Amino acid sequence: MNWTAVWSIYRFEMARFVRTLLQSLISPVISTSLYFVVFGAAIGSRIDEVEGVSYGAFIVPGLIMLTVMTQAISNASFGIYFPKFIGTIYELLSAPISFLEVILGYVGAAATKSLFIGLMILLTASFFVELEVQNWPAMLAFLVLTCTSFALFGFIIGIWASNFEQLQLVPLLVVTPLVFLGGSFYSISMLPEAWQTVALFNPVVYLVSGFRWSFFGMADVPVAVSLLAIAGFTLLCTLAVWWIFRTGWRIRS
Amino acid sequence: MPAMVEITNAEKTYKGGFQALKGVNLEIREGEILALLGPNGAGKTTLISTICGITMPTGGTIRVGGHDVVTEFRKARALIGLVPQELTLEPFETVWSAVRFSRGLFGAAPDEAYLDDLLKRLSLFDKKHSQLQELSGGMKRRVLIAKALSHDPKVLFLDEPTAGVDVELRRDMWEIVSALKETGVTIILTTHYIEEAEAMADRIGVISDGQLLLVEETASLMARLGKKEMRISLAEPLTEVPASVSDYELTLEEDGALLIYTYDTRAERTGIARLVAALAEAGVVISDVETRQSSLEDIFVGLVRKNDKEDAA
Repeated sequence: MNWTAVWSIYRFEMARFVRTLLQSLISPVISTSLYFVVFGAAIGSRIDEVEGVSYGAFIVPGLIMLTVMTQAISNASFGIYFPKFIGTIYELLSAPISFLEVILGYVGAAATKSLFIGLMILLTASFFVELEVQNWPAMLAFLVLTCTSFALFGFIIGIWASNFEQLQLVPLLVVTPLVFLGGSFYSISMLPEAWQTVALFNPVVYLVSGFRWSFFGMADVPVAVSLLAIAGFTLLCTLAVWWIFRTGWRIRS
Repeated sequence: MPAMVEITNAEKTYKGGFQALKGVNLEIREGEILALLGPNGAGKTTLISTICGITMPTGGTIRVGGHDVVTEFRKARALIGLVPQELTLEPFETVWSAVRFSRGLFGAAPDEAYLDDLLKRLSLFDKKHSQLQELSGGMKRRVLIAKALSHDPKVLFLDEPTAGVDVELRRDMWEIVSALKETGVTIILTTHYIEEAEAMADRIGVISDGQLLLVEETASLMARLGKKEMRISLAEPLTEVPASVSDYELTLEEDGALLIYTYDTRAERTGIARLVAALAEAGVVISDVETRQSSLEDIFVGLVRKNDKEDAA
């Protein structure tokens, strides 16, 4: 294991984040504020409470999840796609490192960035609504796991993509709908019964539910199931990455 | 001298079935400069890529510093620096962050003094904090060399170091390479310019169609390439070469209407003037004279033909 190399990749990627810190942070903070204005104030004023929690506070975990997932995917996919695109990938391939170091460096950096953005949103939200986190360790654990697994997922997309359109395709066509339909802004119990069943096939439901549980102690699905779901997703992504690592798929001919 | 790079029967067949390397055998000695000379598409870049880990060989073995590039890739690659053909650099990074990143990527501990010295040697020190996108093409090439040397490798691969570089920068590059040789690093470069191979290399390997046709000391290969032909058209056909000029390397062709004199352009005296005088003395009337040099392409064609014949035999 070449930890110097992992650290080099990690630091290199984080330097990009720091260099563009303002835009990296401002856009999620602004969009979160917009969500609060629209969903929290405008629509939320017509919805009293969801299971005993004010609507404004209820959407906070979902909002954080929404941003964290998209940020983790876009950071990790761009991080590995860019060297492929401009050709600097040659250096990663000729270095005395295996894919494990490459993944730890890129996925680690992307997960750190999205974790940081997630916490920033939590901070922003606390200015808009009264917020109380019942279970901090569980909240952080869910957040870290989500950042990591979606960064892994993003890494896979970055390896797979052969142009910029494809890079945007999966986040736009798959992730955004899943997150919106995953109970970010509502409780699954508010859906008609048939749709509740459909929703249970949406993996994001389990993530948002578990994450919300760590805030308010209430959930759409049991917390253990949420944990299993996120563990399963992480495992799936890890297996895919392991396969890429074994075959050199789309990286090394 | 021990072999720094040992290539035994290296083969590379791409997924589409294209065979880019057809069993290459080559030993590269420690501290030498070897030029891989060949036309575009000959397999030069594939050979380098296979040694450096960009692609995987589909047959044979490659060792660098005694380490197999597949099974002991960490040890082998730690000894290698690679300068790619294209100017591929992260546009927004600085020279400093780029070389520091490369050093770390190859697992070497930070060493600011070494990197500073390296940048000075490559005349990059005053650009240390410049963004890479602001640099000229020649400077970018130097940054790529600095990145390749950032972990103090034993072997340096330069893939077409002067492709798309103007004459002045080309001379510059030749000087950089010979200065690097002084530091003891083994250098392998690819080129399709024969002058370049001649100017820089100790030995030249000629590669064509995925095969290494020959590896020879630069001086002896150049002697072969330096042959030139003078084709003397005769007013009256001859039946045989006149005895007075039989010392010259002469052949008669086209039913005696054409006299061909082969000579070495590097020789102190080519003997042309004396030959013409001797022919005039012998009463031979010359109607026209033409000279021809065998080009690199001719040499390739000749070598490939020879190779095919040997295969058939």
